[in-house]
Amino acid sequence: MTVKTSRRTKARTQIEEPDSHVVRFPAERPLDLDCGARLAPLTVAYQTYGALDAEKANAVLVCHALTGDQHVANRHPVTGKPGWWDLMVGPGKPIDTDRYFVICANVLGGCMGTSGPASLNPQTGEPWCLDFPVVTIRDMVRAQAMLLDHLGIDMLFSVAGGSMGAMQVLQWVASYPERVFSAIPIATAARHSSQNIAFHEVGRQAVMADPDWRGGRYLLEGRTPRKGLAVARMAAHITYLSDTALHRKFGRNLQDRDEVTFGFEADFQIESYLRHQGMTFVDRFDANSYLYMTRAMDYFDLAADYDGVLAKAFMGANTRFCVVSFTSDWLFPTAANRHIVHALNAAGARVSFVEIETDRGHDAFLLDEPELFAAIRGFLDSAGRARGLSRQAAAE
Amino acid sequence: MTVALERPAPADRALPDTHAHRTDLLMVAEMIEPGTRVLDIGCGDGALLQLIEKRLGVDGRGIELSQRGVNECVAKGLAVVQGDADHDLVNYPDNSFDYVVLSQTLQATYNPRDVLEHLLRIGRRAVVSIPNFGHWRMRLQLLWRGRMPVTDNLPQKWYETPNIHFCTIRDLLELVQDVGATVERAVALDPRGRRFGRDMPIWLLNLVGEQAIFLLRRNGVDD
Repeated sequence: MTVKTSRRTKARTQIEEPDSHVVRFPAERPLDLDCGARLAPLTVAYQTYGALDAEKANAVLVCHALTGDQHVANRHPVTGKPGWWDLMVGPGKPIDTDRYFVICANVLGGCMGTSGPASLNPQTGEPWCLDFPVVTIRDMVRAQAMLLDHLGIDMLFSVAGGSMGAMQVLQWVASYPERVFSAIPIATAARHSSQNIAFHEVGRQAVMADPDWRGGRYLLEGRTPRKGLAVARMAAHITYLSDTALHRKFGRNLQDRDEVTFGFEADFQIESYLRHQGMTFVDRFDANSYLYMTRAMDYFDLAADYDGVLAKAFMGANTRFCVVSFTSDWLFPTAANRHIVHALNAAGARVSFVEIETDRGHDAFLLDEPELFAAIRGFLDSAGRARGLSRQAAAE
Repeated sequence: MTVALERPAPADRALPDTHAHRTDLLMVAEMIEPGTRVLDIGCGDGALLQLIEKRLGVDGRGIELSQRGVNECVAKGLAVVQGDADHDLVNYPDNSFDYVVLSQTLQATYNPRDVLEHLLRIGRRAVVSIPNFGHWRMRLQLLWRGRMPVTDNLPQKWYETPNIHFCTIRDLLELVQDVGATVERAVALDPRGRRFGRDMPIWLLNLVGEQAIFLLRRNGVDD
């Protein structure tokens, strides 16, 4: 119980005083949002790995997914677990921090230090809660661009991410084509499908149905919609895995018992696993932030900003692309990724596309997938040659 | 020395040795102008793309079915997407490439005519190479032994070959005419890699050429 309480305290601390770099933009540098609101002052919490070279040419922006954060490759300050892309990012890893300067910012609307619904509203001195404006993927990318301006980086060597992170990757190229030398969107779609919106709505309804949500004002009333957020996470977690992977891991195995109990405890291992996933999630994530993140994904439809023609979003971009999908990902299936590839072809972009054979579902982008690592490594190596990056470590 | 064999199949099957035939590869490269945009369909491990990018400074793209082939290409820095000739060409815009290369693959597609039309639509020129089923050895095997021909370059038996639409040089020339295209160059190779050109009558080319490479242009497309 004390461990959990301390985690929750740590998670609350991250909102205003994160264990990472923070840039607090002055009120004179507001962020104009798609919804029409103007957000000021904007705070962006971010993490960096490796060293920026003298030409500022080796920067790689990693964009995190729905419930990720800036802690890509270091121990997480709340959970104590390794960074979420520890396998991909680090010294000698495919995104090699001996060669590249890796940046990851907590997204706008997040709850790990970047401005979001749990942050303090400067007008009231209290958490924004639902008064925080609804943000879009494009708004997240705008905030990241402000961070890059702050760091003095004109052009990114690469932008990489999976799932919602990959939506940001696509938006980066569409919004700032001249600032992106190469792009790696993994397991994503150019728009959120009806089915995906449906899953998100189930999650949001679970949060809002929790009496402790208090119409979104739980932070002001000292409550937490733990049950609701946990259920949302449980439902979502199923969509990140595949039937095959679930069955291999859990089958119909019973949890610490030899027979079913003819009751509603967690008889099956899969139930126990999901409950655990749900409960650990609520210790580190803000429920309102979850609503905002899912909404941003729902609103994402890149082609809609370009007369419904996705290729127009990429027209004229000199960016090199490496699109990756996974055979067993039914949340962002290969067809959705291939759709992006076709648009890129139509736009004449330089694109590589790899479909990785795996039964681990959407989450495969976070896991140990040697084919994924080989593709990313090879792609970045060749892009590095084209960009004239040194094979050696960044200039000291 | 196997021949390009592109069919939907389990992803972990052996990599098709698309450009193992070095002479064939060089011959294709010869038909391509430097500094152009080239799409190589069924690009295997990317040997041709690598060759023409390096030697001719072309802006190359590839399509390859096998995951292993795509990964090898991506690791080499080539812009290659996973896909196949039968399904993915429809997504490429008209005249988006100067050359579209289909090496030893036409006979393995479901709809060779559709594929050929796509090649001529997408590229200002198409470079197509085929194994020639009219080669005298093929004819002899069928005539004397009454068996489906099996050769060094086409080693699979009838029930395991992915080559479902074999044709002869004559057959291809007829199809080229039917789809409204013109042969700009034609080269045939014998099993030892000796080349024969258009100075030879077609009937003879069709007899001695074990494989043939054609540079095609859609009628109405100028230089």
